[in-house]
Amino acid sequence: MQKPVNAAPELAAIEVEETFSRSALLVRGALAAGALYGATAVTPLIRKAFAQGSMGDIDILNFALTLEYLEAAFYEEAAGVKGLSSEVAGYVKTFGEEEQEHVDALTATIRDLGGMPVEAPGVDFGDAFSSADKFIALAITLEDTGVSAYNGAAPMIESKDLLATAGGIVQVEARHAAAIRYAAGEDPAPEAFDPTLTADEVLAAVQPFVKS
Amino acid sequence: MNTSARKPSALRRVVSDPVSRRRFLALTGGTTAAGALLAACGNDDDEGDATAATTEDDMASQFGEGDLGIVNYALTLEYLEAAFYAEVAKSGLFKGDDLALIERIGQAEQEHVDALTATAKQLGGQPAAEPKAEFPLDDAKSVLELAATVENLGAAAYLGQAAAISDPEILAAALSIHSVEGRHAAVLNTLVGMPATPDGAFAQGADMQTVLEEVQPFIT
Repeated sequence: MQKPVNAAPELAAIEVEETFSRSALLVRGALAAGALYGATAVTPLIRKAFAQGSMGDIDILNFALTLEYLEAAFYEEAAGVKGLSSEVAGYVKTFGEEEQEHVDALTATIRDLGGMPVEAPGVDFGDAFSSADKFIALAITLEDTGVSAYNGAAPMIESKDLLATAGGIVQVEARHAAAIRYAAGEDPAPEAFDPTLTADEVLAAVQPFVKS
Repeated sequence: MNTSARKPSALRRVVSDPVSRRRFLALTGGTTAAGALLAACGNDDDEGDATAATTEDDMASQFGEGDLGIVNYALTLEYLEAAFYAEVAKSGLFKGDDLALIERIGQAEQEHVDALTATAKQLGGQPAAEPKAEFPLDDAKSVLELAATVENLGAAAYLGQAAAISDPEILAAALSIHSVEGRHAAVLNTLVGMPATPDGAFAQGADMQTVLEEVQPFIT
């Protein structure tokens, strides 16, 4: 069932050291993605993950699409936040448009590959829009999580074209994170090597904001 | 904030932890490609006065092929960045928060140098030698503009290589550096009045030749 991922022995071994196996990660990733958009949708993903020992590029793209939906919705709702500096208000507009472009591009790519794009999850960002500080805190969390999610998933992407596209997106997420962090007086690049998150860690980070 | 949920990247642990480093060595020991031998030809002896006449093509070829070539190319760029920030920090042009930012960025670039040097060795190759470099340090504004240019270029350089990296662990390491270069670029852009995301929603990569042409003026 857990077919060895022969294309990436180093990755598999490294991940074992991180206390999870690649196969387990991928299954959990499918679970995580499924949990984001409903229990019924997870079944084919899980079946596929078990059958193949890995999630394909389409599954990874759908996971990314779910995150982008969250980010796009977050910035859209943030348009009414009071007390933002003009700089940050500009970021809300620009970065929100860019997240929506990511949504559109990922949706189109999944269709091109013959896949079915996931639907936008219901979202609930709580009181994140009640003050500038709360908005900024969650914006930083979401953008940093996005960076780590892409960096964690990208080495598993099989298509080199898709990898380059994902790289172009993750750099933009990193730029968003840094700009907002710096505007808030925080270190724009807190680590010399951006950490990676596994799919289940990403889920744990965004789960509070997803309405089932 | 959410930092507690995040783990240090594998490479960082490899660099800082001798146990992990041994494991990494064991893991990557079998992946050394023929390119490693080729890359080893870009040896120290070529890095002195002979480089004055070096063309971008010569520079590119001396990195060798395969992942080791890419690692040594990245190492060369990181050497330039680290040297640049070290000079800027000493220049007296900045103080307070700006100086702190420059020092933080420079420290990260130095960590990239260290990690890539270790990675080149782990791949069985010879790490690229540090290029001799000189940067114009006329005034704070032009220095920040140069810093922004360098970081945008660095981010584009990593992005341009991502699809060419074979080893998933090297790719993961390169990505974890790539996004940090993107962070640096974004902040420096905002400091010089440029958009944080000048390419819009999709950052563009740059190929090796383009990048080397850009940095050539600073290599002496």
